[in-house]
Amino acid sequence: MARAVPARRKMLTTILGWGVGLTIFFPILWTFLTGFKTEAEAIASPPSFLLFDWTLSAYDAVNQRTDYLKHFWNSVVISFGSTGLGLLIAVPAAWAMAFVPAKRTKDILMWMLSTKMLPPVGVLIPIYLIFRDAGLLDTRLGLVIVLTLINLPIIVWMLFTYFREIPVDILEAARMDGAELRSEILFVLVPMAVPGIASTLLLNVILAWNEAFWTLNLTAAKAAPLTAFIASFSSPEGLFYAKLSAASTMAIAPILIVGWFSQKQLVRGLTFGAVK
Amino acid sequence: MGLITLKNVSKSFDDVEVIPPLDLEIRDGEFVVFVGPSGCGKSTLLRLIAGLEDITSGRVEIDGVDVTEVPPARRRLAMVFQSYALYPHMSVRKNIAFPLRMAKLDKAEQSRRVESAAHVLNLTEYLDRRPGQLSGGQRQRVAIGRAIVREPEAFLFDEPLSNLDAALRVNMRLEISELHQSLKTTMIYVTHDQVEAMTMADKIVVLQAGVIEQVGSPLELYHNPRNLFVASFIGSPKMNFLRGDEADRHGAHTIGIRPEHIRISANEGEWKGTVGVSEHLGADTFFHVRCEELGATLTVRADGDNPLQYGDSVLLAPELAKLQRFDADGLRIT
Repeated sequence: MARAVPARRKMLTTILGWGVGLTIFFPILWTFLTGFKTEAEAIASPPSFLLFDWTLSAYDAVNQRTDYLKHFWNSVVISFGSTGLGLLIAVPAAWAMAFVPAKRTKDILMWMLSTKMLPPVGVLIPIYLIFRDAGLLDTRLGLVIVLTLINLPIIVWMLFTYFREIPVDILEAARMDGAELRSEILFVLVPMAVPGIASTLLLNVILAWNEAFWTLNLTAAKAAPLTAFIASFSSPEGLFYAKLSAASTMAIAPILIVGWFSQKQLVRGLTFGAVK
Repeated sequence: MGLITLKNVSKSFDDVEVIPPLDLEIRDGEFVVFVGPSGCGKSTLLRLIAGLEDITSGRVEIDGVDVTEVPPARRRLAMVFQSYALYPHMSVRKNIAFPLRMAKLDKAEQSRRVESAAHVLNLTEYLDRRPGQLSGGQRQRVAIGRAIVREPEAFLFDEPLSNLDAALRVNMRLEISELHQSLKTTMIYVTHDQVEAMTMADKIVVLQAGVIEQVGSPLELYHNPRNLFVASFIGSPKMNFLRGDEADRHGAHTIGIRPEHIRISANEGEWKGTVGVSEHLGADTFFHVRCEELGATLTVRADGDNPLQYGDSVLLAPELAKLQRFDADGLRIT
């Protein structure tokens, strides 16, 4: 329940909150601003904050050199594809763990999570070789598969947490009403878990969109998503901060907008089940 | 048809045997009540019949067909849960139609049956609401509606009235009995409330610790309880029990006499006592009478307008013909 908070403390926590928020947001703001500078201004010392000649030249240069839409589309396919495939596998898995737990269910959940503790680079060589032999290098399908596997533990865990909140009586009622497993999951469990499934979907689209290790290492040109698009501005001919910033802004803008509009859903999703 | 037979059925959770092997036959059209104190395994037994729990050994048959390995969806039984277990994301109409949709009935037949069930249960004006917008009694009726539309072989009720207030419970009790009279379908009803058991059942199955103590009609159990447990569980208020000299006099380890089989008066009777707390129900009054000689407090039923007061000295006259005798193992001596 709400407690009375002294006005002074309220002010202090408000200031602290804004301070932390702005500190976290500052690099993104700086990237955004730098994208509108010329290359010379981008590395000027001392740097100018808002008072510079705003120009779109960096964006022009980026668009001339690369095909933004191709990378954007690759990102969409890879992030939504891997999340969709992940959900398809995770919903039945989480159903089993939440409603028909066995003695070792907890261990399996921990084991799945433990795979996230392994540094990805540790399995880079084997996965690279498997992908090469299977002809999956630089394909969107390959990235969908690898990102599905990477994020599957998180998807299963999140769904498991939501499903546990659903009274098993209702699923049993469906069984008594003649629903086979498929109908039970499709017509009863999933509609009831929509909020949880939606936030799982959102979070995983964001994770997949931002995933840079595998997308950079397993693609060259054809299937390269926006992460590779940003990276292509970072090395070969020295650093061009304005172009790099313009590219970064273009890459993160879509997901930032999606995230902004769905933040309520996301926060609810991430704290779901914490309080009854 | 709704003939349900349990043959040597047992259930263990891990290493704990909650239901030792038992046999039970439920005839077509019977209203059978499983009754017993909480934790006696009555709900588990119902869930074994439903198929919601796997049985550890033995077999369950419906109309002579072994359904032990048949999943609940295909046993053609309907169940009403204590929590109602309605689908919160569907309207009342869709809740009731769900079993029909699963059975792939055509749309016209679905809505015809939903309308008629809603009519019977007084739910017509609520068909487009969600379960969350209904009262407890209405939700319970939706749950019953969902069970009756598909015309199952048998109905299973798992303490369906426990979440309702007392007045509504009596109403729903009558409605369910009425439903049984009109449908003539087998019903299995689980409750811990012996009043529900007595008022609704054709046949009562009394359970304790997973063991069937006795099976019989309400009056059989009332008049001829097989043992002390059944004698004390059936009947309200409880039967009075006496041990020691008074029991020895009747050649028993324990004797039992129901409150309604003792007459209370100021001057006539063989047991002396002092009136303690009295409970006035209007038609009846229950006196709790302390009998020093017997070393016990007896409950006695009297007329509603009996004027006896707290502290009055009285005499009690048991109807010896109604006295029940039990041996050292708790079994009734006949």
